[in-house]
Amino acid sequence: MVNYIWMFMIASGVVAAALQGRLDLVTSAALKGAKEGVAVCIGLISILVFWMGMMRIAQDAGLLEKLARLLRPLVRVLFPSVPPDHPAMGYILSNMTANLFGLGNAATPMGIKAMEELQKLNPNPKTASPAMCTLLALNTSGFTLIPATIIGIRMKYGSVDPTEIIGTTLFATGCATLTAILVDRLYRSQWEKRSGH
Amino acid sequence: MVEVVSFLSKLMLPAILAFIPLYATFRKVPVYESFTEGAKEGFPTAIQLIPHLVGMMVAVSVFRETGALHFYLRLLSPLVDGIHFPKEVIPLAVLRPISGAGSLAFVESIFRTYGPDSFLGRLASTMQGSTDTTLYVLTVYFGAVGIRRTLYAVKVGLWADLAGMLASWFIVVMVYG
Repeated sequence: MVNYIWMFMIASGVVAAALQGRLDLVTSAALKGAKEGVAVCIGLISILVFWMGMMRIAQDAGLLEKLARLLRPLVRVLFPSVPPDHPAMGYILSNMTANLFGLGNAATPMGIKAMEELQKLNPNPKTASPAMCTLLALNTSGFTLIPATIIGIRMKYGSVDPTEIIGTTLFATGCATLTAILVDRLYRSQWEKRSGH
Repeated sequence: MVEVVSFLSKLMLPAILAFIPLYATFRKVPVYESFTEGAKEGFPTAIQLIPHLVGMMVAVSVFRETGALHFYLRLLSPLVDGIHFPKEVIPLAVLRPISGAGSLAFVESIFRTYGPDSFLGRLASTMQGSTDTTLYVLTVYFGAVGIRRTLYAVKVGLWADLAGMLASWFIVVMVYG
């Protein structure tokens, strides 16, 4: 699916530019995008280095295991294929907690660590496992208690009550996450049937 | 309730930052050594993401800058008119899954034109806050571990985005309509 989306975006871009007789737009847009991609990665370095250091301390102190044990019933339902005491559980929970509190910068390294652990359990390292898809489902649906970025921007534009959208956002993000979990379940069971699991 | 959550949210980061090393020291973990040991992994992870993010951002940029995105938006508008979904925020709904920076810029343009406290301003805020940049999240997470085939993850993410957009519209109409 990513392959198709990627091809679709590039192909329609080239066609759109050709129709306007402005094929040069493609080149400049591509270079701009490439620059942006590298800039994002460079920006991520400090965050990843810092949080992965903190996460290692938490892991060495046994905090991740504790967290995993505390919330085991919840994640067991969501991740039935992951052994309950596996380190992946601790990272998954840290990732979920960080997202919940809108700590996007901290959530990404924890999510990546969770993916690395899930990859160790994955029989096909080039293909995503269902557990990975569930983790992605939780992350792409963006479940958050406090949408900090948008509150900041509302402040910048002189909103009388920048935080008033927390309630509506909570409702909408809840619906999105619920949908993600249900759709993930649906696709997973279809996939299990097809691949004979 | 909102105050409590917002207070907790502000307190969360400093609390975590203080608690982890304190607790670890108590458990006799050599905290600084642990930190640097873990931090070492951050750099290669970030570098490994470059091809994935460059690939995705190039496609998004070409799609947007050549006017292709605009064309599809116009194609969509009669369809959305049928269900009375506010036309002004359609670009946001379409941009959100593919580009976080792009959708944020669009929210700002809504704020500039209609104000953050207008119906459209509140709707845009809710839409932006309740969903995430699906394509970016997928690229980063799968890119970091070298996954090529993403199974059904993209579809799940896009369904969640659609649900988030429609739920935002519903709740903002209910509360502020």
